[in-house]
Amino acid sequence: MSKKVLVLGEAREGALRNVSFEAIAAAKQVSGGGEVVGVLIGDSVQDLAQELSQYGADRVITVEHPHLKTYTSDGFGQAFMAVVEQENPEGMVFAHTANGKDLAPKIASKLQSGLVSDVTAIEGEGDDAEFIRPIYSGKAFEKVRVKDGIAFLTIRPNNIPPLEKGEGGGDVSSLSVDITNLRTIIQDVVRKSTDGVDLSEAKVIVAGGRGVKSAEGFEPLKELADLLGGAIGASRGACDADYVDYSLQIGQTGKVVTPDLYIAAGISGAIQHLAGMSNSKVIVAINKDPEANIFKVADYGIVGDLFEVVPMLTEEFRKMM
Amino acid sequence: MNIYVLVKRTFDTEEKIAVSNGKIQEDGAEFIINPYDEYAVEEAIQLRDEHGGEVTVVTVGEEDAEKQLRTALAMGADKAVLINTEDDVEESDQYTTALILAEYLKDKDADLILAGNVAIDGGSGQVGPRVAERLGINCVTTITDFKYDGTNVTIVRDMEGDSETIQTTLPLLVTAQQGLNDPRYPSLPGIMKAKKKPLEELEIDDLDLEEDDVEPKIETVDVYLPPAKAAGRILEGELTDQVAELASLLRNEAKVI
Repeated sequence: MSKKVLVLGEAREGALRNVSFEAIAAAKQVSGGGEVVGVLIGDSVQDLAQELSQYGADRVITVEHPHLKTYTSDGFGQAFMAVVEQENPEGMVFAHTANGKDLAPKIASKLQSGLVSDVTAIEGEGDDAEFIRPIYSGKAFEKVRVKDGIAFLTIRPNNIPPLEKGEGGGDVSSLSVDITNLRTIIQDVVRKSTDGVDLSEAKVIVAGGRGVKSAEGFEPLKELADLLGGAIGASRGACDADYVDYSLQIGQTGKVVTPDLYIAAGISGAIQHLAGMSNSKVIVAINKDPEANIFKVADYGIVGDLFEVVPMLTEEFRKMM
Repeated sequence: MNIYVLVKRTFDTEEKIAVSNGKIQEDGAEFIINPYDEYAVEEAIQLRDEHGGEVTVVTVGEEDAEKQLRTALAMGADKAVLINTEDDVEESDQYTTALILAEYLKDKDADLILAGNVAIDGGSGQVGPRVAERLGINCVTTITDFKYDGTNVTIVRDMEGDSETIQTTLPLLVTAQQGLNDPRYPSLPGIMKAKKKPLEELEIDDLDLEEDDVEPKIETVDVYLPPAKAAGRILEGELTDQVAELASLLRNEAKVI
């Protein structure tokens, strides 16, 4: 059976996030030839609607309200549920991001439905769709099916390829919702992430471990990451030693990432760290210790001092670009 | 404050994972309190010490989870509850777990419920928000700071590296993110005391739930290990040559630059 699938688009600093296009592609597959409806929630999201449809949404519904300027689970929950009531979908796809992870279980609970979170691949389509998701932080994978007919997913950024951007676009309509009874007030948002490149969406991650030795030691790593348009990450050792913030930690406790390129500098490769990054597409290890565990999962390795190798590598890439 | 903490027994992070017959092999594995739940337990203890009240740790699981509950008691929690589903629940998902926890909590007048933001095994991150929704209370996920002044709660929430300061009120459910605190180790006197603290054991019958009520919405059809990685290539020669080779490999062979 073909399904009507809603996709919650996410914007960051006025632009749609890539993962929203990936979510549309996931929704297409789950819909099995049905209809994919993009949903945009915010205080001025009208301008983004066309773009979402160019990536494959058949139509887009916007919900705008001054109280939806920043994400709150109450505000976005009310807005999304209003769309659900209007559309009666058989599927929903959210991004597995801070806000998607917050909102999706809330909606699933309201609808008494299942939710498959952190999906990295989809096999089959429509009612036959099976969802692959990492468990044990990527040490294993599980394949699951939904039993209740509602294909409700959050998808991990950077894993499901988006469709090619098309011309024109589908219908855009707006839904007016009264947003009331917000139980939280957002007082302040502090941007700490590296130049807008979010770790979970980054195509390139340059990560440092204890071998980086200090907060200043992360500078050459940051330079390389900036050049490649990537993000900085860290092992638990580097975070525990206060070189960088815990929000950059990659591992079993910390973030699980799957970039195209993961450069591990001065990281020994504890099993917990490997769990968080070993499913990256290409892994480069730079470490003084040739016996370091990280070399076992690396595609390419250089045995050497990161403070020598990383700046040289930055230079080399600069020449190429 | 009447505080509840939702905890889960998980594989030790040191454990390698083995699969047979489409299931994770548990034999001989070490188990711990889910590390994110430890932050939740620690925060609960600190809040109780500051504001008074009581901390109850709750888990849904099997008999073996008693050990993790005792650890939480040894850290300083006052009471523990094991909702033992060993005999009644064959298959479960996050819907199942959240339903059971919410049924237990619905008449407990909790001021604050804490949970880990994700469990390091299943990794769904759903149970906390689902429980809050079922109870009709407010929920804030991935928190890294929590302050309560007797009326208002001020929370810092981690949003993929950015941080958001939020004002709200009790009753409330929050999920703990790394950076919230440094969980204490149970002390020897703590461990001795924990043996005498109350540990209640319930089954889903005691919560007026039937097996049919907790039927999962999702089923696992397979569990498997990631493909083994072929041994990588350690570059050799002069360092400058190695770096040039690496850059070229990443561009031309791996095509990631």
